Amino acid sequence: MSAVTSPAREVSTGIRARTVNRIVIYGLLALFALFYLMPLFVMLVTSFKTMDEIQNGNMLALPQSPTLEPWFKAWGETCVGLTCAGIKGYFWNSIKMVVPAVLISTLLGALNGYVLTKWRFRGHTLVFGLMLFACFIPFQSVLLPMATILGSLGRFGVTLQNSTGFSFGLGNPTVNLVFVHVVYGLGFTTLFFRNYYEAFPTELIKAAQVDGASFFQIFRRIMLPNSMPIFVVTVIYQFTNIWNDFLFASAYAGTGDAMPMTVALNNVVNTSTGVVEYNVNMAAAMIAALPTLLVYVVAGRYFVRGLMAGAVKG
Amino acid sequence: MSTVAETKIKLTPEHNARPGASVRSRLQDALPKIVLAPSFAATVIFVYGFILWTIYLSFTNSKTFPSYAITGPRAYQRLWRWTFESDPPSSWYTSITNMGIFGFLYIFICLALGLFLAILLDQKIRGEGVLRPIYLYPMALSFIVTGVAWKWFLDPGLGLEQTLHQWGWTSFHFDWIKNKDFVIYTVVIAGVWQASGFIMAMFLAGLRGIDGEIMKAAQIDGATTFQLYRRIVIPLLRPVFLSAFIVLAHLAIKSYDLVVALTSGGPGGSAWLPSNFMYEFTFKRNEMAVGSASAVIMLMTITAIIVPYLYSELRERPR
Repeated sequence: MSAVTSPAREVSTGIRARTVNRIVIYGLLALFALFYLMPLFVMLVTSFKTMDEIQNGNMLALPQSPTLEPWFKAWGETCVGLTCAGIKGYFWNSIKMVVPAVLISTLLGALNGYVLTKWRFRGHTLVFGLMLFACFIPFQSVLLPMATILGSLGRFGVTLQNSTGFSFGLGNPTVNLVFVHVVYGLGFTTLFFRNYYEAFPTELIKAAQVDGASFFQIFRRIMLPNSMPIFVVTVIYQFTNIWNDFLFASAYAGTGDAMPMTVALNNVVNTSTGVVEYNVNMAAAMIAALPTLLVYVVAGRYFVRGLMAGAVKG
Repeated sequence: MSTVAETKIKLTPEHNARPGASVRSRLQDALPKIVLAPSFAATVIFVYGFILWTIYLSFTNSKTFPSYAITGPRAYQRLWRWTFESDPPSSWYTSITNMGIFGFLYIFICLALGLFLAILLDQKIRGEGVLRPIYLYPMALSFIVTGVAWKWFLDPGLGLEQTLHQWGWTSFHFDWIKNKDFVIYTVVIAGVWQASGFIMAMFLAGLRGIDGEIMKAAQIDGATTFQLYRRIVIPLLRPVFLSAFIVLAHLAIKSYDLVVALTSGGPGGSAWLPSNFMYEFTFKRNEMAVGSASAVIMLMTITAIIVPYLYSELRERPR
């Protein structure tokens, strides 16, 4: 008898152990999901609350009378330092900086990757190695010389402005930041495209050459139409990095009207005049986070792939 | 592998045939290098040239403005002296001690948590498609937004402490963010929150890449789940550990914004990392030479970690 029952019991305890196991696993996963969601949740609900509710209520409670007021105030009225015109101007600053910086660095990266894989020359590994290492330097080690150069260019821009009536963008903080982000983003964009084109069949290029296609024709007609995925990955990666940058932004456009969103947000939160309006701060933080969050929601797959490509070199 | 450029010369007979076209075709041959040149030049000047410039400045006595008379390694001597000035701690002592604490905990917890979550998610979980993006989204946020969110969450008067008080746990006390001895741990919490989901994704990709046959064979041999992971899966994930370590070490040394946004430097600069030290000394305290020297030390640290890694990665695959 026992010989018959024991396997059955074993099976049933096995099932029970499995069930307990599953419950523990799902419980842990849910717990961690809470940990990751909590700050965003708190930020979001706080941004819809009135100040009264914040001071007297619970941080985790849903807003009793949801209001969009903090969002409007953050966008159009709140004080950034001494100017009280909201963060909308700084939001546009960021857009004006991000769009050209992303486009230029991505396009250059594509060309570089194309050359480094399909038009190799002696020393291409060294060139790539030098550009790759540039991705990893702490930007503190170039911060000061760049500030000096940008300062001189700015003074030169003033001279040009006075003599010709046009400064050619020299000394404009947004132009400066675009330049800085292109230069220090090149390593990553080149890396992305190089790794992608590495796997691209060289036979196709050769065949096109036999047919008399030129360097740029091959790039435009063969490489580009086949690079959509890596373009998306690179654009998202660059967009996120540049939008989120604070170090360059605060060093080269830390004051005045040209500061990007991250610096403005930091100033809003640390402005100590009058009562601290937490709901407005949180709304401002949400606005600063929205573009990258949106990209993440819409194209999360590519976002992750970009991070991975940035993580796994060579 | 013969390069395309070499093949091309052989393939275009008019290269030598028509003298008029020779300039053009020679231009065509040089075109790839011409296209690459601006990017490469920019890298050489604005990365390597600027690094040399910073090193140069660190040997001068630049204060508010750069000065170009070399005065020897005085900035380094001062940093060296400050390294041992623990009572009261010099800002440099605080910065590098914090770097040690933050770097170790941040990397260790991110790796452990990332691996743990990845293993949990790899148990054929329903709703994985919902959970994974939840764990990962903080990586899309800037350090500034992360800092602002956690600053609010950890504020004793507004956040977690206040909430638990309202729920009746009145003895709960959590003021690390205002405590100079503990503020650096709040930076760890926020940093881990931001990056651990990404490390999870790296491990998950690694786990999914492991050959199922190996797992099956081990299970048939009677290995328990724990043994399976300890003896087989984790050793197989070694390359992922390495990549994740590099990413995290790199992020840790560069962290600057998080400290600024979360703690504004902490009470009396008690949350500073070397990156904050560099920024403050260079741009606010008019000690440019010292700031440059600290930047050089940061660079050296990253170089010591990254160069061997890059070297092996670039060499490993013979082409």
